[in-house]
Amino acid sequence: MIDMIVSILLGSLTAMVPIVLTSTGAVVSERAGVVNIGYEGILLMSALFGAMFAEMSGSPWIGLLGGAFVGMLLGMLHGAITVYLKGDHIIPGIGVNILALGVVAFGITAIWGTAGQHQVPSNIRIQPIINTPYGGLSPMVLITFIIVFLTHWVLFRTPLGLRIRAVGENPEAADALGVNVERYRFLATVYGATLAGLGGAYLSVDWLGVVTKEISSGRGFIALANMVFSGWNPVRALIGGFIFGFFDNLSVWVRTNPAISQVVPWQFVATLPYIVTIIIVAGIIGKVRPPKWDGKPYKRE
Amino acid sequence: MKADRSMISSFIKPIMESLIAVVIGVIIGAIVLKLSGYSPVKAYTALVKGAVGSAYGWSMTLSAATPIILTALTFAISARTGIFNIGAEGTVYFGAIAAIVFTNMFANPLWGLIGGIIAGILWALPAALLKVYRGVHEVISTIMLNWIAFYTALYLVLGPLANPNDPNKTLEVPASARLPLLMRGSELSLAFIIAIAAAIITYYILWHTVLGFELRASGYNERAARYGGINPKRAIIWSFLIGGIMSGIAGATEVMGRPPSYAISQGMANIRGYGFDGIGVSLVGRNHPIGIIFSGIFFGALKAGATYMQIDAGVPLEMVKVVQGIIVVAVAVPGLWDLVKKVVRR
Repeated sequence: MIDMIVSILLGSLTAMVPIVLTSTGAVVSERAGVVNIGYEGILLMSALFGAMFAEMSGSPWIGLLGGAFVGMLLGMLHGAITVYLKGDHIIPGIGVNILALGVVAFGITAIWGTAGQHQVPSNIRIQPIINTPYGGLSPMVLITFIIVFLTHWVLFRTPLGLRIRAVGENPEAADALGVNVERYRFLATVYGATLAGLGGAYLSVDWLGVVTKEISSGRGFIALANMVFSGWNPVRALIGGFIFGFFDNLSVWVRTNPAISQVVPWQFVATLPYIVTIIIVAGIIGKVRPPKWDGKPYKRE
Repeated sequence: MKADRSMISSFIKPIMESLIAVVIGVIIGAIVLKLSGYSPVKAYTALVKGAVGSAYGWSMTLSAATPIILTALTFAISARTGIFNIGAEGTVYFGAIAAIVFTNMFANPLWGLIGGIIAGILWALPAALLKVYRGVHEVISTIMLNWIAFYTALYLVLGPLANPNDPNKTLEVPASARLPLLMRGSELSLAFIIAIAAAIITYYILWHTVLGFELRASGYNERAARYGGINPKRAIIWSFLIGGIMSGIAGATEVMGRPPSYAISQGMANIRGYGFDGIGVSLVGRNHPIGIIFSGIFFGALKAGATYMQIDAGVPLEMVKVVQGIIVVAVAVPGLWDLVKKVVRR
């Protein structure tokens, strides 16, 4: 019994990392007023390029940084379109998601010469810091916790955080007080996408150790759902992330457990994280409030 | 806004912007090809030749355009109502499954289409109701529903619908329920005509009916529409339902009118990806049903040419998806036309 609990706990902590990193990034971005639904695509492309950088350098940590770098570039693209060119916030995200489908499918073939899937060699994957017979714990779990608490502290306890929240809540007032609305919105967008990039590389060079066309499996959108659940609050996104991670992990666990998969087809269990996401979002709405200028371009009068 | 010229420029500008996006996609695609060690000239030549270099190429282009025109209509009609329905992907699966079930019960193509339509309506409802009654953002709900649809469909394909004689596909659509081919030996069937008709009907609904006016009004300015006596909730539900019908038909025609399989193949390979391709088609077609016909044929040509490019120039066919993606990102850049004009003038 105790081994099962430990195994589920470790699994949930492992599965929550990409969701929590992306949610935390999304919280910062939306607190500044920029909606980005392209995180799914960022996770995908960072998983691909993260693995590529890791294998080129021989270090998984370079892979993680590379993934974050790819996220940063995509964040700059999104920021340029939404913040500086005052474009729609949803469509560029859709564009990045569609681009990712192509880049990853083509990339796997062009980089490794295999079709559809690439296994990352185990010697260039992040090694767990804690090893138990029931599973390991990646140092990335620890790093994720640190990032979340740091982000939370900056967002709610520093002048920088106040400015970020101000440009998303009331950009006119912030502007009148001399805050450069565009700059803070842009930086927040880039920060959000960078964290998602880190989460994407984690998928390939740490947790799953593989690059596929479906490696993100909707986690970019689950992270957005978790952001709503958190009420745009990083620490609460950590808690929500654990819940989503639990179901994500549970569906994998049940699938590999023959006693259960004989009774319930594994495909139904695989739908669990998505059903839970819908239920949680449907239940929480009305109880949380998005930033007032979330998703609205700000143009000076 | 100037009153003169505005009619012409409001017509020309979106077309120019889409064309510029296509050019950007082709140019960046060439750079990616070069960096990956392929010859862009060779690749594009093969692609064009394969897509439109022969009557057979054209038939492949138009048959590839068929499902993505239909899924593009799903996105377009939602975008015109001010929402982003990206649930076409999952709806296609159930449209295809329903068509197989219905045609095996009543061996008639009409029943297959009805099956697709029913599936499309039923699978559109959860997202519509979640949006209207719970305020769940449709992007989150439709993506989640896509994954739920995928695993559920996979279960049906591997289980109840498995073909006892062929492990590589599901039960087939019986011969008497298949859509007639427009060209012998090709993949082009009546399905293409159905897709074109659907686009024209969508155009008619949007611009020549009261319902269409309500959809567009609540999409343009929800509050103003409500003051004008329009119920935006009703508009949103209708937009989901009509959109669902289009994607349901896309799934149905894919198994009823696309030789050689007339079934769902292993891993659902022959019905996957159309929902997301359709979003690109719709955006490049400026969310306009008539624009979608042209952009759908363009994207179809990319798909048809890709196979040829892989054989003839040795370039992985996924390359065209990169080009597609770049085009869609480029379309998202606002004022592309003005931007280019400014650069050119300089």
